Amino acid sequence: MSEETSNSGGEFEREPVPDSALLGSGKFWGMYAGEHAAGTEFMIGPLFLAAGASLSDLILGLLLGNILAVLTWRFLVVPIAMAKRMTLYYQLERIAGGSLVKFYNLVNGLLFCFLAGAMVTVSASAVGVPFGITFDVPANMFGLSNPSFTALVAIVGVVIATVAAGGYERVARVANIAAPWMIAVFAACGIVSLGQMEATSMAALSEGQFWSDAIAFVQEKNGPQTFGFWQIVVFAWLCNGAMHFGMADLSIFRFAKSKASGWAPAIGMFLGHYMAWISAGLLLAALIKLQPSLALGDDGKVTANPGLLAFQSLGWAGIICVVIAGWTTANPTIYRAGLAFQGILPNSSRAAMTLVAGAVATIAGAFPNLSAQLLGFVGTYGTVLGPMGAVIFVDFYLMKKFGLQNEYATHSGTKINLAVMIAWLLPVAVGLYLIFQQGVFAAYAVIPCWIACGALYIVLSKFTQKASGDSRATASS
Amino acid sequence: MDKIAKLISLITLGLVVFPCLLYFLGAIGLDAVKWAALAGTIGWFISTPMWMSRKLPVDANQVEI
Repeated sequence: MSEETSNSGGEFEREPVPDSALLGSGKFWGMYAGEHAAGTEFMIGPLFLAAGASLSDLILGLLLGNILAVLTWRFLVVPIAMAKRMTLYYQLERIAGGSLVKFYNLVNGLLFCFLAGAMVTVSASAVGVPFGITFDVPANMFGLSNPSFTALVAIVGVVIATVAAGGYERVARVANIAAPWMIAVFAACGIVSLGQMEATSMAALSEGQFWSDAIAFVQEKNGPQTFGFWQIVVFAWLCNGAMHFGMADLSIFRFAKSKASGWAPAIGMFLGHYMAWISAGLLLAALIKLQPSLALGDDGKVTANPGLLAFQSLGWAGIICVVIAGWTTANPTIYRAGLAFQGILPNSSRAAMTLVAGAVATIAGAFPNLSAQLLGFVGTYGTVLGPMGAVIFVDFYLMKKFGLQNEYATHSGTKINLAVMIAWLLPVAVGLYLIFQQGVFAAYAVIPCWIACGALYIVLSKFTQKASGDSRATASS
Repeated sequence: MDKIAKLISLITLGLVVFPCLLYFLGAIGLDAVKWAALAGTIGWFISTPMWMSRKLPVDANQVEI
């Protein structure tokens, strides 16, 4: 892979990180503190309420799920990252072969386009508030919103894609500067929402009537739904499945000087996936209590409109936060999708491929139901990308114990390691079938697919490595 | 200069959070909260770039959910 298409952060992309470049734990805490408070949080928080999660389940379920996520980073990712000190892409290339990594990256890019599309929708919802452009969610999955909102999505999408085509650095710097302020705005939104609902005493907070009333309203309008404790736990644990189970954060922790750095994701989890999610959920509860008519779409169902929710709570500062949060999430997403597409068409320019990715994201953003499906999408994302982490895990811990060659692609020179490809795609295909055809909650599929992928990789390697070993022996005799 | 800019950033961040606490306690109205948050936001984006020149994280081109 070219340096540009390996996408791993610019430094030591194709070599282990040297001791001189290692970073102390404090750097990782600082890094993670600013992450995981993104545009997605404005959608996911209200979706918990809309899905019928009780407040106590949410508080305890997110607590447990986030602890499990941190433990996964600490004990699954960090040991391998510190032992190998390589990026995910370079490790995968050595195991799976360059062509298969390009394909993996393409799949990653396509999924990113849909994530970016949801963020375009989120940003457009905020931009539309001052202009009185409403955010209607149609009944059909692939139905458009009203023409004004669709036009707004197109404008926002074009702006985001054009900025992304110029490179990710400037927006990454804006995101860096905005991160502490964004966390403060999330906290402020939650506090104001509690004040608006007059839940200002310990008794009112512990009783949680404001939340139960909001759920009753949603159930009355949208029909009965449940989102239980274990669903919350598993979702919180695995919504970043691609980063920990999928080992994407090897690229970060390869710089870790000590294993204690592995606890750093805790700050990102508990600011972004705890405080911010609950705060964003409270925004919808407050809107339902104060102005229930505003929470309803044209079809009479409750709709989470992030821009409107933030505006009702914190005015213009809320709108600015939703726009920046959506933009700073969509921008690197489109940029990385563009790099993935360029990896498939090496003769194309990165800017052109970024614009293609931006166009796909904008088209996806024009269908508001896709962003309303974010809870499911995030689980699907982990199901598709997470299992590749099992390949790295097995290659690192088990291959030699089973008498097999680790980093097989490097040793054999193959561009596509068939054992990896089948071990990855087969469980993912079954997982996607269960999610889309059988209605299984998407996050439930991540770990079974991960385990199946790891097991298949060993079994298949027994055959493929033996076969190629035999053929090499025959050729040399 | 850096110290002054940092102090202003801290104050502007306070303008986002503390009025909310006062509103929660019933001491001020929601309009005051919204105006303070807007002033804090503008102040933050003016003062913070003056001192926050953190090196981009190694995963700055990655995507976090």
